[in-house]
Amino acid sequence: MIDLHKDQANLVNISLLVFALLSTGIAVAPALHLQDNNAPLPGMPKMTAQERRGLAVYVAEGCMGCHTQQVRNIEMDKTWGARPSIPSDYYYSKQRMNVWQQSPSLLGSERTGPDLTNVGQRQASEAWQMLHLYDPRMVVKGSVMPRYGWLFQTVDSAAVQSGDVVLPVTGEQLGAPGKKVVATQKAKDLVAYLLSLKQAPLPSGVQADAFLPSPGADGKPLPAAAVEAGLPDGGAIFSQVCAACHQPDAKGLPGAFPALAGSPIVNEESPAKMIDIVLGGYDARPEFGPMPPQAANLSDAEITAVINHVRSSFGNNAPPATQEAVRSQRAVIAPETIAE
Amino acid sequence: MVLFVSQVVQAQAPRTEGWLSSPGIVGTMVLLAIVLFIAALIITAQVGRMLKETKDKRAARLAEAELSAEELARKKAARQYKLRGDELGGRAPAFDAKALVAKASSEPDNPLVEEKIYSRARLEVAPELQRVVVWYLAASVFWLVFGTLVGQYLGLKFVWPDLDGQAWLSFGRLRPVHTNTVFWGWASLAMIGLGYFVIARTSATRIFSYRLAWWGFGLINGSVVIGNLCLMAGINNGGGEYREYIWPVALLFALGLMITFRNFYGTVKRRTIPEIYVSNWYILAALVWTIVLATIGYLPWYQDGLGETVIQGYYMHMGVGMWFMTFSLGLTYYYLPSALNKPIYSYSLGVLAFWTQMLFYTLIGTHHFIFAPLPWWLQTVAIVFSVGMFIPVFAGTTNFLMTMRGSWSAIGKSYVLPFFLVGVVYYCVGSSQGSFQALRFTNHIWHFTDFNVAHSHMTMYGIITFLMWACMYALLPKVTGREPSQVLVGAHFWLAFIGLFAYTVSLMAGGTVKGLAWMEGVPFIETVIATRGYWAWRAIGGSLMFLSHLLFAWNFYCMVRKPRAVTQHAALEPQMA
Repeated sequence: MIDLHKDQANLVNISLLVFALLSTGIAVAPALHLQDNNAPLPGMPKMTAQERRGLAVYVAEGCMGCHTQQVRNIEMDKTWGARPSIPSDYYYSKQRMNVWQQSPSLLGSERTGPDLTNVGQRQASEAWQMLHLYDPRMVVKGSVMPRYGWLFQTVDSAAVQSGDVVLPVTGEQLGAPGKKVVATQKAKDLVAYLLSLKQAPLPSGVQADAFLPSPGADGKPLPAAAVEAGLPDGGAIFSQVCAACHQPDAKGLPGAFPALAGSPIVNEESPAKMIDIVLGGYDARPEFGPMPPQAANLSDAEITAVINHVRSSFGNNAPPATQEAVRSQRAVIAPETIAE
Repeated sequence: MVLFVSQVVQAQAPRTEGWLSSPGIVGTMVLLAIVLFIAALIITAQVGRMLKETKDKRAARLAEAELSAEELARKKAARQYKLRGDELGGRAPAFDAKALVAKASSEPDNPLVEEKIYSRARLEVAPELQRVVVWYLAASVFWLVFGTLVGQYLGLKFVWPDLDGQAWLSFGRLRPVHTNTVFWGWASLAMIGLGYFVIARTSATRIFSYRLAWWGFGLINGSVVIGNLCLMAGINNGGGEYREYIWPVALLFALGLMITFRNFYGTVKRRTIPEIYVSNWYILAALVWTIVLATIGYLPWYQDGLGETVIQGYYMHMGVGMWFMTFSLGLTYYYLPSALNKPIYSYSLGVLAFWTQMLFYTLIGTHHFIFAPLPWWLQTVAIVFSVGMFIPVFAGTTNFLMTMRGSWSAIGKSYVLPFFLVGVVYYCVGSSQGSFQALRFTNHIWHFTDFNVAHSHMTMYGIITFLMWACMYALLPKVTGREPSQVLVGAHFWLAFIGLFAYTVSLMAGGTVKGLAWMEGVPFIETVIATRGYWAWRAIGGSLMFLSHLLFAWNFYCMVRKPRAVTQHAALEPQMA
């Protein structure tokens, strides 16, 4: 009979054995199963070499300390993606990095900053991403994110070479007249990685898992005006999609992103030009960063709602656009995005 | 195409009015109340004693009023009696034949607070063992101060994000420096150092090999130094919490553990008494389990895709549960009864807690990834056994509290026991709170918020760190014969306790506000701005905690420094050698 009170060898052996068995059952076996039963979605692009380098920067700077990359299957996480994350989403990104570094812990456990599952969709502007890394508080007032100045170089304006990514701010704004800030290779890689973060669509015919409703959930009424027009809440779309660059007060960021408040294009009698820009993007003005197209990101109803919100707020006063106008422009500018 | 924004806008906003009455929240409130209650208990015990003294004096005065003239005269004469001044003098040297007088002094050490009882006995300890224990503990104290300095700096960055623009001081790189330093530097070295004493003492033998002890010392310290330099240089294993050190560095640590296990096992094996004391069950098992854990955590063959996530949940939870919690409990099973000078309340309850600790704790790692794309059954198992954790937690808490029962008055008179009491109460409160947090509703509100940070400080600080301090204050004076200043120990205690309370409550409140706002669909950046005030309070609490560590480092120095030449004052102190 084993007397564990007196038999140190068996005490240790039994502890070891039971713990190893439990660990195999609860950790190693499920991990192995999840690793082996995984495949990328058909529509998922492979990561490029540059995106992989960007992921390495993401890991080295410890971004996952504050940013998650998981859309949980609960109502409140709808903000971060169209569907709950599934194991396939991590097929390419969560691979062992090299001999020294394991598969990165991208899911994270803290949301001190926003979830990044879909950030490439949500904030598709490279200029915004660069500026935000260089000084987050220039573009997001209340942010507590660190500045990543060491991913950028301040150089003489004359030394800027073609192919350099120059931050869309002047030397005066940076307190260094005659200088320009250019992105290092690491910053370019990191931004390439961030812009690649988009939820891949599920194959046609496959229904995404539903989000679990929050306990005791009931409907939140839409603003009366929106209900009347049968449109979603344009103000909410504005703060989700547009405010990052154009700022919550729509006054823009001089030298980087144009103001919408008082803008002649916004206040034009006909909304046609504005609809064009929102659908197809805009890069005609060298003093500002380019505007990414939203055709693939927003539906006709959403674009109509947000355009009407901008045209009637921030001191602007222009007649509303109609969904029909947006629909017909979409057929011209981005026919590939027309929903089936 | 399904478009995400439409769902944001048409999101069904959850109704959150009823949140206050949900079981997890109510449970947490009750737990907080327990901590406050204990603090109130300690304070009222002290105040009550003072009040009673005043009342006794007044009662004596009132009684005097009813005395007859004769009695009054007698009393008056008694009052006017004056010593001649030479009663205790005389020329013959005084001799305390039965060593009844612990300390004789005409001037108390401090005028402000009651003097605590001095450590009575000095233990005979082999000088080699003493050196091992003191050096392990000294290194741990260094890492505590360094690690919490980093933590304090990180806390300030929430208030002033532009504190510096240095890559190696940036939040993302320093955060793991803080956590890994206090884990592998402070708590681990402190536990092993204290463990060396327990393992030798309860086996009534000498340590198997002092050389191995020094090898372990070098390997563990080396891994923390190299690991932290790597992290600050931007070299980490993949960002998974507590396994940020790349594998060659973690290997140094694991080798340190293996050597320590060899040494402890060898010592237990050559014990001169038949039984293995329950402390040694915990300590040996903690070492074995952690070696398995490190192996599983770092082997690569099942860690691609979400395999890594399952292992991460398992690893980070077991790191706390199987290493820090198990080892600290083992130490408490020795140091608490020895500080009270009586046996543990129930030996078999300790054994029950041991086996349930292993069974339940091991299965709950996935509760860090509830609602994540991990198998639902894995999440459910984790939740169920998280609730099962109440068994080992209550078994342990009951055992410690019942051991203290009958010695409550000793708490007011000891500078060691308050640390034990706080550690034990937080063991109950922090662990139960963790179980509540694993429930799906509370997880809904609290996951990803600052609440997590509050929970980890409640456990790693409230439980582990307070227990380590208790054990050190209990052990070192007996080994070195030198006591710290009681006022400074008291200051250490209250600063750490109040600091921790401010720290955890502010982050719990801030985390709750943030989680509820997220559920209501408030734009993210507004929830960041709304947390500012709570972060400021966290920084204040953290400052108090850090200040207490400086005091503790000084107290530690006072306990271990080489005795100076005997002075007049020191000669009056009881020399227990």
